[in-house]
Amino acid sequence: MAAQIAKKSTSNTSTYAGLGVFLMLPSWAVIGFFLVLPVGMMLIYSFLTKEFRGGVIWEFSLNAYDQFFFDRGLFGDAPPVIEWTYINIFWRSIWQAGVATFFSLLIGFPTAWFIATRTGPNKSVWLFLITIPYWVNLLIRTISMKFLIRDTGPLNEWLLSLGVISEPIHIINTSFAVQLGLFYSYLPFMVLPIYASVERYNFAYSEVAADLYASRRATLTKIIIPIVKPGIIAGCILVFVPSLGAFLAPDLLGGAKNFMIGSLIEEQFKGNAGNWPFGAAVSMILLSMVLVVLTFYARQQAKEGAR
Amino acid sequence: MSEIAVDILNMTKRYGSFVALRDVCLSIKDNEFFTLLGPSGCGKTTLLRTIAGFEAISEGAIKLYGEDIADLPPNKRPVNTVFQQYALFPHMNVRANVIFGLQRLGQDETTARARVDEVLDMVQLMEFADRLPAQLSGGQQQRVALARALAPKPKVLLLDEPLSALDLKLRQSVRQELQQIQQTTGITFVFVTHDQEEALTMSDRIAVIADGQVQQVGSARDIYEAPQNRFVADFIGETNLIDVAVSSVSGGYATCVLPGGDVQFTCPAAAGAVVGHGHLSVRPERVSLVKPQDGLLRGVTTRQVYLGTDMSVDVRLEGGKIITLRLQNSEETHIPEIGDPVGLNFETGTARLLED
Amino acid sequence: MARKLDIRHFPGFLPITYLCLFLLYAPLIIVMIYSFNDSNSITIWGGASLRWYGEVFWGVESAKFKAAALNSITIAVMAATTATTIATLAATAMLKAGRFRGKSVSFALINLPLMVPEIVTAVATLIFFSAIGFTTGYLTILVAHIVFCIPFAYLPIAARMQGIEDVYEQVALDLYATRFQAFRLILLPLMAPGIISGFLLAFIISLDDFIITNFVKGAGIETLPTAIFGAVKQGIKPNIMAISTLLLLVSVVFVTLSYLVGRMGQNKK
Ligand SMILES: Nc1ncnc2c1ncn2[C@@H]1O[C@H](COP(=O)(O)OP(=O)(O)OP(=O)(O)O)[C@@H](O)[C@H]1O
Ligand SMILES: [Mg+2]
Repeated sequence: MAAQIAKKSTSNTSTYAGLGVFLMLPSWAVIGFFLVLPVGMMLIYSFLTKEFRGGVIWEFSLNAYDQFFFDRGLFGDAPPVIEWTYINIFWRSIWQAGVATFFSLLIGFPTAWFIATRTGPNKSVWLFLITIPYWVNLLIRTISMKFLIRDTGPLNEWLLSLGVISEPIHIINTSFAVQLGLFYSYLPFMVLPIYASVERYNFAYSEVAADLYASRRATLTKIIIPIVKPGIIAGCILVFVPSLGAFLAPDLLGGAKNFMIGSLIEEQFKGNAGNWPFGAAVSMILLSMVLVVLTFYARQQAKEGAR
Repeated sequence: MSEIAVDILNMTKRYGSFVALRDVCLSIKDNEFFTLLGPSGCGKTTLLRTIAGFEAISEGAIKLYGEDIADLPPNKRPVNTVFQQYALFPHMNVRANVIFGLQRLGQDETTARARVDEVLDMVQLMEFADRLPAQLSGGQQQRVALARALAPKPKVLLLDEPLSALDLKLRQSVRQELQQIQQTTGITFVFVTHDQEEALTMSDRIAVIADGQVQQVGSARDIYEAPQNRFVADFIGETNLIDVAVSSVSGGYATCVLPGGDVQFTCPAAAGAVVGHGHLSVRPERVSLVKPQDGLLRGVTTRQVYLGTDMSVDVRLEGGKIITLRLQNSEETHIPEIGDPVGLNFETGTARLLED
Repeated sequence: MARKLDIRHFPGFLPITYLCLFLLYAPLIIVMIYSFNDSNSITIWGGASLRWYGEVFWGVESAKFKAAALNSITIAVMAATTATTIATLAATAMLKAGRFRGKSVSFALINLPLMVPEIVTAVATLIFFSAIGFTTGYLTILVAHIVFCIPFAYLPIAARMQGIEDVYEQVALDLYATRFQAFRLILLPLMAPGIISGFLLAFIISLDDFIITNFVKGAGIETLPTAIFGAVKQGIKPNIMAISTLLLLVSVVFVTLSYLVGRMGQNKK
């Protein structure tokens, strides 16, 4: 109803009617020229031939994708078999991002709920406390985490001095460290959209549920979660997508064994070992995966909106 | 004497230092259509929510069929609520909404389904069973909310202004429907409203509430004909409050002296009425017009308003007090002109001395 | 007992919230504490001092970090200014200009930098500049920063603009203002808190960026994050912790400012 009224008023009496295109032009130009066009170029590059010192030769080639999916032996003439190296890196990235998302949800949902149900000025203080870390430089946060969990870092020192452990626990350079890093990097992304959903949640639904003999648990699973689901999905995507392409956490906390997509891409553009078409191809594959997730999300949103 | 369904004993509810309900005592009988009536903010919703279990009480006790339920969470109380804004679960269709409580109670699927059909039939919503709440009109949503609350066969059904979101026509038809459902199901209804017509037409008994306190409990007739205090007399219908000197009170009757005269007369008195200064309540339709010298009171006509079947006339007494009377609008009724001196009369039995 | 009746309360959610805050803050606070460590080793506590802060400003590596900081700040100011301007115009178009061609696409376009993974943006930008034969350096960093700052500036600006009713400008038009005057004299001042918020957020985002900068910076130019990353690759040294603490404080101050400015605007209304 309110939306209808708003729509009406903009269509009839917009102050700057007719100037839309003109006002939008700078955004179109900048984002179109420096982001859309580059992504197009990247797609083209993924079909070119590699030049050994980085860069490309302008000659069509499927080598980049071939290298990603198939192994043709040392000399490239053996019958093609599936190349697992890169697919495994993708799997590992998906797994790591998934674990990080799961734990973010586990911690993020109760936190978001708790904050959204505060009253008075306390609420914005809580919310502010959750948002601050997000605005702190990601690199610095990752370094802090690395410092904290090193074998000789404060965490181990502290646990040793308390006598909880008798020798340092080895966390750094494990896949757990990467999960922890991703979780730590993107946790605020989980809290904020869920918080926004819970804010809009009408607590009368919980009252009705309780009135109709639902336990707290049944109210949570049957009423609250289905209703705030859009926020939960948004939070999961906001954690999962950047985790998937993350570079800093796997690089600084994971070490060589815990290579993820981000590092694989980065390697292709550094120094002489690089392979630009391959890097472009891996980026394209990552981008396609992200687009699939986002499309799924958009359709989900459209479905919710239709209700 | 019939059984007591809800017994509220000296209950007080505070929000911080604010007292929302003060020392409330109410006994709601089994199988009764009981209404809580009062102006906005008087604490009706709060009282209902303490019965439902959404608000903890600060003092006193609440008993449901003799059992103290003050410590039970809402999902353990055999009481259901129809909420003012309905709050139908938006992600569930009508059937899923209605079956929700039955499933929580652990009823088996077939029994539950049969019961859902039964209540949907009762509210005439069978054909809408598969729709989502957003696809229903306001009146239909209201009936789903009712069906959902009725489905688990609660011992007491609480309704918080369930008709306020409906338009006038619909409200009138739903009133009858509600009354009928109450009678056929035999469930005790506790109904909240601030609309006195709604209260008077539907209820077996009414509790008038103001400022968090129960002012009077009784049938519609009791409350209208025999108001306890000035608030009730004024809030329910129209009334004239006349200052009188009370010379004696005994056995439910009082003897008083009307202003500007030495006429002494005896009339029914409310329980708390005392000797001294008091207020007499006389309904406008109980006042009749007579010749100035024959009246209990004398004054001058100051206003007349045409109301269709009735005529409302204002008369200013010698002391300046305005008395309103209702006259039937018929051929033989004599309607005084403005400025005419008139006398006012009423049967002493229809006047009532109030608790001050 | 009151809790038992409170439908908003779930047992265990409060401790989880505390855990969440603890997890978010513990590493930062520990780094802050250790930045005051008067010891050459980063783990052994040698008493409190400002030694490493001195090292940051006057030590052997200070020149490198100062140059990097200067680059970071100038780029952040320019990128945030440009992105805020573009975002303000875009928000006016989206919210105050009725229908126009390409409106639905525009919304997606503005948010595109948020949706494309950073590393992909980085690769695409690098490839683009190399393909058109543009030497990577200060300018390429600036351009890339402008692009990804736009959506961050747009969010608070659009949120604020949504709260401003059309009537004010209509009154201005009624009183013989041109549309440009209505924009400059009415909309912009009303928008000021949103615009300032947008600028501050864009500024932090630019200041913080590592991945994209790392790709498009070319040789010989560093921003603070790339300089810090390079140093950390050699191992975490105490001066890094001092720099980190400083940068962290800058972020906190800016976000707090942005938050307060945004709220101030609301109160006035
Ligand atoms: N959670 C609360 N905290 C503080 N005061 C409250 C709270 N809930 C209600 N009140 C106060 O208690 C009083 C009674 O409120 P209640 O909702 O019961 O009124 P009501 O009689 O239902 O009014 P209406 O007809 O407008 O619905 C009001 O003065 C209200 O401000
Ligand atoms: Mg109410």
